[in-house]
Amino acid sequence: MSNGFAEALTQILGRDNQLLEIVLLSLRVSGIALAISSVIGIPVGALLGLARFRGRRLAVALVYTGMAFPPVVIGLFVYLLLSRSGVLGSLGLPWLPRLFTPEAMILAQVIIALPLVAGFTMAAVQGVDPALRLQVQALGASRWQTTWAILEEARVGVIAAVMAGFGGVISEVGAVMLVGGNIEGQTRVLTTAIVLETNKGNFGLALALGVILLGMAFAANFIILHLQGRTFDE
Amino acid sequence: MTALYSLRQVTVRYAARPVLAVEELDILRGEILAVVGPSGAGKSTLLRLLNFLQPPTTGEVRFGDALYSASRDATLAMRRRVTTVFQRPVLLRRTVEVNVAYGPRLRGVDVGRADIDAALAEVGLTELAQQPARTLSGGEAQRVALARAMVLRPDALLLDEPTANLDPYNVGLIEQIVARLNRQHGTTIVLVTHNLHQARRLAHRALLLLEGRAVEVADTRTFFESPADPRTGAFVRGEMVY
Repeated sequence: MSNGFAEALTQILGRDNQLLEIVLLSLRVSGIALAISSVIGIPVGALLGLARFRGRRLAVALVYTGMAFPPVVIGLFVYLLLSRSGVLGSLGLPWLPRLFTPEAMILAQVIIALPLVAGFTMAAVQGVDPALRLQVQALGASRWQTTWAILEEARVGVIAAVMAGFGGVISEVGAVMLVGGNIEGQTRVLTTAIVLETNKGNFGLALALGVILLGMAFAANFIILHLQGRTFDE
Repeated sequence: MTALYSLRQVTVRYAARPVLAVEELDILRGEILAVVGPSGAGKSTLLRLLNFLQPPTTGEVRFGDALYSASRDATLAMRRRVTTVFQRPVLLRRTVEVNVAYGPRLRGVDVGRADIDAALAEVGLTELAQQPARTLSGGEAQRVALARAMVLRPDALLLDEPTANLDPYNVGLIEQIVARLNRQHGTTIVLVTHNLHQARRLAHRALLLLEGRAVEVADTRTFFESPADPRTGAFVRGEMVY
């Protein structure tokens, strides 16, 4: 297998744009899904962590359930929603993503990452000293400035929340396989390519693709750790 | 001296429980008013009310010409004319300097480098400007909290047990800073303290709160030496059992 791996690495390094396409598509799909999840999930997490309102307990329970939801079930859910005979797909709405497109994969990944980002953000803001809120208000902070101050104080945890979302989607295979279809040149990403190569018996190539995926995850985490390190030093 | 705060028939209730009931209280511009009383007397609630962080349940709170109302914008504008230094300051996970500059940033006030430096010099922390605030000792953190309040040049500075749990050296330093701030800038100061000696040293007038009610307010000498209310006498002699 080690020969196969070395051969695969050579193959990858000297290879075609096809691999580059797969890597770029993986980054695009997961990057957009993570951006959307963060834009929605961080405010939702802050709201759940800081505000008290009717239905909050139910919302928290839903977030926790979402955090533990198997991605493949989410893929199935999105599949059933978007398929031509599905609840949404049958409506023929022009803005709705179609199955077996990167947009459908992004939708599935948003549903996977959103509860992770919201849930960990909620935990992070709840970990901030409760006295901070009153003291920042005493300095003259408006409601928004107070929320922002708490988020800033919880930034290490909020960054970790985004990373949890990233980890959840970049390594995910079941949902993107279902809604994307692993179509070469269109919806094939690193995880689905690994599954395909493994099924074909190309273990070396599958492993080499796995190394690339690991490298991407490591690079992302390294950048985040660097940012967190700066925060701790302040 | 004219009144900066005027409280009339003010009550504050948490749920159904009354925690403050002040019939009449004026806090004069430029004075240091010490607020004393046993734990649970409503001292901190009074400070939250004076910082416009806690609306009265009933009654009227006037701040200069402005009336404390339910309007969020008006409340924020009033809140931005005062500030509080708390017993346990919570500083941002940033440098000392950033903490001091934080209040003006919130208020949209452009303070220069010189103002930040002056505030830090005032509390004797110039050398620690670039140090992470979370690494400071309790006394240093409290001085940073004072600096971040002073740089705002508030009309009223509210101090909630600012020297509790501090060593005598830091207590002395903070008392000097407070007295200087009042003397040099004419800042009105409301000092909540359990330390009666401190109240006597610093304040022009003193107020005794008992079970949320203002028992007596008088100039410091009268308050401590010949109070009108026997409960004040018992309290300052340490004879009050509560």
